[in-house]
Amino acid sequence: MKCQQCEKPATIHITEITGPELDELHLCEDCGKIYLSQQEPVSDSTMSPQFKLIEDADELAALQQQVCEICGSSFYEFRHSGRLGCPHDYVCFEAELEPLIVNIHAATEHVGKRPKRGVNSSEQQAHLARMRQEMKEAIEREDYETASSLRDQIQELEKQRKPS
Amino acid sequence: MKLEELARQSSEWLRGSGPESDIVISCRIRLARNLANHPFIRRCSDSDLAAIERTLYETLQSEPKLRDVGYVNLKMLSEIDRQFLVERQLISREHADSNGARAVAIHPEEKFSLMINEEDHLRIQVMNSGLDLDATWKQTDAIDDVVEEHLCYAFHQRLGYLTACPTNVGTGMRVSVMFHLPALVLTQQIDKVFRSLQKMNLAVRGLYGEGSRAMGDFYQISNQITLGRSEKDLIQQVADVVPQIIDYERRARDFLVHENQQDLHDRVSRAYGLLCSAQTISSEETMELLSSVRMGVNLGLIENLKIPTINKLFIHTQPAHLQKLRGTELDTANRNIERAHYLQRHLQQDGADAAENN
Repeated sequence: MKCQQCEKPATIHITEITGPELDELHLCEDCGKIYLSQQEPVSDSTMSPQFKLIEDADELAALQQQVCEICGSSFYEFRHSGRLGCPHDYVCFEAELEPLIVNIHAATEHVGKRPKRGVNSSEQQAHLARMRQEMKEAIEREDYETASSLRDQIQELEKQRKPS
Repeated sequence: MKLEELARQSSEWLRGSGPESDIVISCRIRLARNLANHPFIRRCSDSDLAAIERTLYETLQSEPKLRDVGYVNLKMLSEIDRQFLVERQLISREHADSNGARAVAIHPEEKFSLMINEEDHLRIQVMNSGLDLDATWKQTDAIDDVVEEHLCYAFHQRLGYLTACPTNVGTGMRVSVMFHLPALVLTQQIDKVFRSLQKMNLAVRGLYGEGSRAMGDFYQISNQITLGRSEKDLIQQVADVVPQIIDYERRARDFLVHENQQDLHDRVSRAYGLLCSAQTISSEETMELLSSVRMGVNLGLIENLKIPTINKLFIHTQPAHLQKLRGTELDTANRNIERAHYLQRHLQQDGADAAENN
């Protein structure tokens, strides 16, 4: 079978089921790649249009700079790959993720099973990360009283934390 | 675990038992879980991946309830063996093709598999023949509990279980039911059914998941939403559409039997004839013909052939299975010849057995 766009043999066969009719495409590797890069990849759930909410260039630049303090991943990287860097990204990019999550699930709160163990260490980790950030800010504005109280709280929490 | 032994046995999900098993093939529930103190897979270094794999391996080893699983290190496996596991639906294609430390733990009767370092650190999937979502959920829930006794999952008070992709956050659960819908395809009503399912936030996929086209008229229907509803609700949502789909397929079959009996019988008989006598045959053609034959047996148009035999042939004629069963590597042309011979042997064998029993 020949590629529908050139003379080379078709090696990529695409069936689109987006519309009412099944669309079949038979393309060679090169034309196929071009086709798939123009299309938002249909087969990949991670790149669905839900992830294309932010289009403004300035906004993108800002996203590239904002980085998760635990894994060093930016929100831009998530937009590119469709995968988050670490559990803390959900806390760190909460504002950016929220519209996406609402778009996908039409909900913002988990209902259902919870781990049987008490306080979850990911929650704790997020909480700790937030307190460390606050402590840093307190030091920057020379509010040493707040900073030292935060430091004590952090130390206390770290002592309680179970090794996983 | 010896993959050669798996090759000979029938996967749980293709056993073909249970009520309405002429249309409902199997059901499956999977949970996506991640360890709290490790980055998600995309951000993992080789040593992170190795550490996660080791942690999960040790967990499975130390847990008496999970000790009888076969542990397969995917990194050490040949491409054919990985493909073989994909064909049996024990791992995903993504899992087979990725790099770094990763593994799968397989129940001896293939009732569940635990994928380690797939898209998430751990994916628990439980499969059952026919339609038994309640039992499937109980088994899944129990495995999840057992694993959780040893580890700290990444969990957020408001968002639930945290997953590498936000499409799975919350319950991390995907419930799917696999159907065989040849009459809806033949009567060109399948798209209409899909459109209505999509409106209900249900996803439709082919036999081998996300991107694959529906091979052999097998379709999996699953929930798309994972957040904001309980596991029971999500299961119910999928369960609710099952009787409707069965009903549509039955009506389409009735229509074919009553309005098009001659054409239908011809189609089924030709498919059977081709499968019994072809000298070289591709995987796609085999799937298509087996699909017609399967419907023919279920409608009483072909005698002397059993559904479990056909179910088994769907999987045994896949490229990696053929090569495992033959015990040698074969190129495409030789696979097509081997496939034709395999089909002849097994279809005639089954026919002869059935004739003897009659």
